[in-house]
Amino acid sequence: MTVLIERVRNALGPELAGPFAAFVAVMIVFGFAAPNFLSRATFGSVAFQLPELGLLTLAMLLPILTGGLNLAITFTANMAGLTLAWVLQSQGGVDAGIGAFLLGSVLAIAVGALSGLIMGFVIAYTKAHPILVSLSMMIFLRGLGEFLTRGGDVSGIPGFLAPIGYGSIFGIPVPLLIFIACVLIWHVLLTRMKLGFNTYMIGSNIEATRYSGINTRKVQVLVYTLSGAMCAVAGIIMLARFNSVRVGHGESYLLITVLACFLGGVNPFGGFGRVIPVFVALVVLQLLSSGLNLMGASQHLATAVWGILMITVMILRWLAGRLKFLNTNRG
Amino acid sequence: MAVGPGLAPARLQDCKRDWIRGFDSMADQALDGAAPRPLLSLRNVNMTFGGVKALKNVSFEVLPGEVHCLAGENGSGKSTLIKVITGVYKPEAGAVIDYDGQSYSHMSPVTAQASGIQVIWQDLALFPEMTVAENIAFQTVIGRWPRLVNYAEMRRVAINALQRLGVTFDVDLALHHFPIAQRQIVAIARALVGEAKLVFMDEPTASLTQSETDYLLDIVRNLSASGVAVVFVSHRLAEVLEISSRVTVLRDGALVGVYPTKGLTQSRITELMTGKTFDYSVLHRDLSRSPVMLEVKGLSRPGEFDDVSLTVRRGETLGISGLLGAGRTELALTLFGMRKPKSGSVVLDGRPVRFGSNRDAIAAGVAYLSEDRLSLGLIQPQAIADNMVIASLDKILSGGFISSDRKRSLVNRWIRDLGVRIGKQDDAISTLSGGNQQRVAIAKWLATDPKLLILDAPTVGVDVGARAGIFDIVSKLADSGLAIILISDEVPEVYFNADRVLHMAQGRIVGEFTPGATTPQAIEEAVYA
Repeated sequence: MTVLIERVRNALGPELAGPFAAFVAVMIVFGFAAPNFLSRATFGSVAFQLPELGLLTLAMLLPILTGGLNLAITFTANMAGLTLAWVLQSQGGVDAGIGAFLLGSVLAIAVGALSGLIMGFVIAYTKAHPILVSLSMMIFLRGLGEFLTRGGDVSGIPGFLAPIGYGSIFGIPVPLLIFIACVLIWHVLLTRMKLGFNTYMIGSNIEATRYSGINTRKVQVLVYTLSGAMCAVAGIIMLARFNSVRVGHGESYLLITVLACFLGGVNPFGGFGRVIPVFVALVVLQLLSSGLNLMGASQHLATAVWGILMITVMILRWLAGRLKFLNTNRG
Repeated sequence: MAVGPGLAPARLQDCKRDWIRGFDSMADQALDGAAPRPLLSLRNVNMTFGGVKALKNVSFEVLPGEVHCLAGENGSGKSTLIKVITGVYKPEAGAVIDYDGQSYSHMSPVTAQASGIQVIWQDLALFPEMTVAENIAFQTVIGRWPRLVNYAEMRRVAINALQRLGVTFDVDLALHHFPIAQRQIVAIARALVGEAKLVFMDEPTASLTQSETDYLLDIVRNLSASGVAVVFVSHRLAEVLEISSRVTVLRDGALVGVYPTKGLTQSRITELMTGKTFDYSVLHRDLSRSPVMLEVKGLSRPGEFDDVSLTVRRGETLGISGLLGAGRTELALTLFGMRKPKSGSVVLDGRPVRFGSNRDAIAAGVAYLSEDRLSLGLIQPQAIADNMVIASLDKILSGGFISSDRKRSLVNRWIRDLGVRIGKQDDAISTLSGGNQQRVAIAKWLATDPKLLILDAPTVGVDVGARAGIFDIVSKLADSGLAIILISDEVPEVYFNADRVLHMAQGRIVGEFTPGATTPQAIEEAVYA
């Protein structure tokens, strides 16, 4: 039994303690404060809202682990959504078939991956700072998107797409299933694959990694490409949920994804961080905003509470670090 | 640093006057011929950290104007002792600190600095973006009214301080334009502005080349001649012997003894520091029938090295000695595929090779242990296990995925074979001592099944005691048929651990020695000439 617990602990890692404590705290506080918090409705709304932010957070996670950042995630998602929408429109709009959807999705993911590929190449070869490179890409994509859509919506989506945004299988929302599948892929990638291993190493010291015979450029290019592809998945789900695409949809998610990563124990300078704690952190953030919503607070207040939560977490981490320091000094 | 915030200018003048007077009285003493009274004398110093005795009843003495060396392995208590003297740590009750005619039970950082005790730490604590003048004299303008910066005054103070060291710099240039040796001198000059009587220098030559070291040692002599006592902490025993008049040796927090430098040898200091005697003997391996593993002909890279030819046989250790900047590391990196040669050929194990990157070199069987373990050799924050497998990930894959079982067993095997002492496999590599880190770095490369292992300064930052262990491993590796290139600027190291020694200078191979047929002194003379 203890062996099992040890194995679970090793698999999840110490980073999970913080997010998990926050999860328990949120459940208790809202369980008492909002009588209808512990209901199916709450978890239903969380389950439908989580995937968009979650997929974008996964897209943000990989670059952060290499010590970089991808500020273009939301507009990459928009561009991918637009690509799919255009393909559907050209194939008859509301009457488009399943084939058009599959083709459009492949193209959408290709567009997302291409955006990442370009950033990855520029970052790996020019050694320009990822913030600058992805900021430039973000501005480019926004400008391009607004130019192509003239600032309006692209709508006219066939009805069979609705389940991707709203449907459930065995009571579990489809977007949540897609998100969980992506979480598992990222988890396996980071814990079991060479690319994941090298991502962590690069995040800690790229030169030492290169001296160890790792093709660091290839790793960087792949990381940003995968990040872009994950944005595209988010873009497709957003399209299905809103029944339309507009450049700028989900823009406010950008910094929340960074927040979710740090809340999940990811090192802001790269090299350390796991997928599962980030997943728990996302659930906490979403529960917080749903709980406040139930209590009749405005959405803006929820955002403010996220900020306070983050600051609290930092102070608590510092305190925990000090406590540990004092203990080891005493021992 | 002597001038704390709020110290009035008038007080500063007093300090200066006292300091000059101190000089005169010392000159008097010298004329009398009597043994000078110690400037600093410590007795009964004990320090305990978390149950570990860091200092055990240590006593320590420095005479005015002498150069005194503090020697000991990492963890022997050198830094702790310095921190007691400078007031960072408070020793346990019973300690007596006599300094400059006053007696203290403990120092405080403020009194230590105000009474002329200065430390130049290894990282120097300078401001690279500021000018030399600002770096040297910024403290003179702190806390004075009016709260304005008097640049003319700062320049004057800085120039004065540099003059006392016998050097002239352009004081208006930003510090980052200067090489590390001259930054050291700026740090020393700053200490002089603080009216130093006793200067501690912590590993001042660690990142200097030989000529820079010589330059710095000259400065230290000037400093000592002007009456400032210098306590020198260095791993490089040759310097210790050259510069100091007395050596205090610490081991495991206890005083081993105080020795006049005259009559000491490097091996004697090593014995005192480690408490072990080492058996030094040259290698006698007959390799004439061993097949050639590496043959380099006319290898050149303009500006770095020129027309280098060498051979290494299976089971042979080829030493390359020479000063820093002689092109040794550049040559090694070229053999490792990280730089491309302009001309020349490399034949490895009978096959001509031309590497596009170090990945090609590793695949062909070349391994390179970097001279810079901290920033290039190992990934310090990451786990011991990860550092060990990073170069041989393909060996722990199972069906395309990393197998944690295979990883664990590979790491366990190397930890056992190389005798690495670790806590847990997942601990960060930075938690290990220099010697154990270097063993992990060697294991990382052995896991790639190399044919040629290039060791670039493998004992930098490794304790003397642990060095012998590293070379035991190297010797066993050679016996198992590996070809080894050992690069070091410490001649005795290549002399006792290589079958042949090449001397490299200004990018060329200028001499070859066989250790049995010559003395280390002869090689040293050639290298440092």
